Amino acid sequence: MSVHSLSVKTAAETALAQQFAALPPSEPRRAAFAAFDQRGLPNRRDEAWHYTDLRARLAEAAPLAPAPDAARLEAAASALAALPRLGDMRLVLVDGRWAAALCDPPPSGLTVAPARDAPEPDEAVVALNAAFTEGALRIGLPPGEITLVIAHIDGPGAIFSRIEVSVPARARVTIVERFEGGNGQTQRNAMATLALGEGARCDWTTLIGDDAALHLETRRTRLAGDATFNDFGFVCGGALVRRQLDVSHQAPGAKIALAGLSLLDGTRHADTTLAVRHSAPRGESREYFRHIVADAASGVFQGKVIVAPLAQKTDGAMKSQALLLSPTASMSNKPELEIFADDVVCGHGATVGALDPQQIFYLLSRGIPEREAEAMLLEAFGAEAIERVADEAVAESLRERLSQWLKGRAA
Amino acid sequence: MLEVKSLSVSINGKPILDGLDLSVKAGEVAAIMGPNGSGKSTLSYVIAGKPDYEVTGGEVWFNGENLLELAPNERAAKGVFLAFQYPVEIPGVATMTFLKAALNAQHRARGEAELTTPEFMRAVRGAAASLKVDPEMLRRAVNVGFSGGEKKRVEILQMALLQPRLAVLDETDSGLDIDALRIVADGVNALRDPGRAFVIITHYQRLLDHIKPDVVHVMARGRIVKSGGPELALELERNGYRDYAEAAA
Repeated sequence: MSVHSLSVKTAAETALAQQFAALPPSEPRRAAFAAFDQRGLPNRRDEAWHYTDLRARLAEAAPLAPAPDAARLEAAASALAALPRLGDMRLVLVDGRWAAALCDPPPSGLTVAPARDAPEPDEAVVALNAAFTEGALRIGLPPGEITLVIAHIDGPGAIFSRIEVSVPARARVTIVERFEGGNGQTQRNAMATLALGEGARCDWTTLIGDDAALHLETRRTRLAGDATFNDFGFVCGGALVRRQLDVSHQAPGAKIALAGLSLLDGTRHADTTLAVRHSAPRGESREYFRHIVADAASGVFQGKVIVAPLAQKTDGAMKSQALLLSPTASMSNKPELEIFADDVVCGHGATVGALDPQQIFYLLSRGIPEREAEAMLLEAFGAEAIERVADEAVAESLRERLSQWLKGRAA
Repeated sequence: MLEVKSLSVSINGKPILDGLDLSVKAGEVAAIMGPNGSGKSTLSYVIAGKPDYEVTGGEVWFNGENLLELAPNERAAKGVFLAFQYPVEIPGVATMTFLKAALNAQHRARGEAELTTPEFMRAVRGAAASLKVDPEMLRRAVNVGFSGGEKKRVEILQMALLQPRLAVLDETDSGLDIDALRIVADGVNALRDPGRAFVIITHYQRLLDHIKPDVVHVMARGRIVKSGGPELALELERNGYRDYAEAAA
């Protein structure tokens, strides 16, 4: 028999406790931090973190990033100016705080206000977010159709942010969320909750393209009846990335599509962990993830689909496909189905492979050099994932990022 | 143009070619016929530079260059082309994109200017029209969802576009109906040129009814066992390969 003990705190856990103690006291935060403190950083003994041992990987906790001053806001403004314009409104957070001066004026009916409630600290990363986030935001969307850009302009330090989005019945929103500016000193913990009203639709694309040392992202989505949620995650940056998406529907007829593309090189590690909870009949879910893993990088995909006893006629299909470009690249795929209803169609498939040597030879035999041939095949592989992005301008910007990444590799 | 000298090749330790000699002159159309397993496809792959084949002896010279020392894409840029027996499907890569990348890569390798888009489009449209390939098909992914006949026609289209100096056609006639066979043959005949050579690998006489070879070689057990004029193909059609399989034993 072995006895595991986590009573010895790591340097990072100790630093987090010290940072928390220095904050002004607040009862909900204290409870959230206590919930974290009890668990400690997630590690390989937690099933959901088996492939991403945060406790082992997080050598130290970065100091909390201070609220941005005028100089910091000015720097953020010029970083923002370099980003492509898209959509009806841009909402900007600098170092996790709402930067009202950098946002576009909101269109009528769109409201931005401080969030009232902190999330239940039911998981270590969420508990940390609840304990440390200052200035969580609540975004109310108007009826009708809107495209919203959420830009996170982050500098060094520990950065906590939380956004609550609610979409009224039958409204349609396209959200492009991008994380920018992070570097080797950036440790990010970003959380978003999304509530979709009846018949509402949200297309949410997230771009993680900067060089944050740590990117922790939690998204919790609830769908009302007949609502539609399409999510796409594009990961081409971050040394250690963990995206955890939890999607549930309590009323019949919800449609959920989660997809993503990860481009991993160097020693990057990116983990996408999904939980899709069908708790009502006639729900549909599609998960489609592709990963290109080069050098000594590692990818993780964990997808869990849970079909409750009531959720008859659920239609689910999950796919995760990875291409490994080097013998030291690795991918861990863990699809899981937990089905408690009897009249459902659910399936999953996971593949890990290399580029097809027959295809490479065919291209070479036509005179195309090897690097270019590889890039063509990788571009095609990635583009098939990007096809899941409905907004053509957004999809095009992702295709450009993909081809940039491939060019960077060939150089 | 092509000199293959005492070529021996193994795959996974199993000898396939056994001291093969073959000489193909510029302007010549050479047919290679032979039974299944005689090494015809292996020869075509070794000329094109497919990995996995171990050359255990011999040499392959192409216009005075040692072909075996060149990467497949370098061979292509020197003018070697293989029409595949089983053209490879490449999902997600539009045929047009592929054709343009191939043509430009060869031009770059030879120090020639790349084609402008209008020049390229004109060249593709011309080749597509003569091979009765629907231009709409070229917008689709390479060979994906193409019928067997369409794949072979697109191989010939690639050849017409890339204008190789040596074209090896590996059982291009397999899977073709009579009409497609004629289209493919016309495509090859249109490219016949004193500066260009063809090696046509086939089981059957019927392709050679449409593409008249100058020389016919019979291959068995990894080497050329007999060479002759077009009449040799007719003789094989009558008598089969049995004699040669035994002769090589």
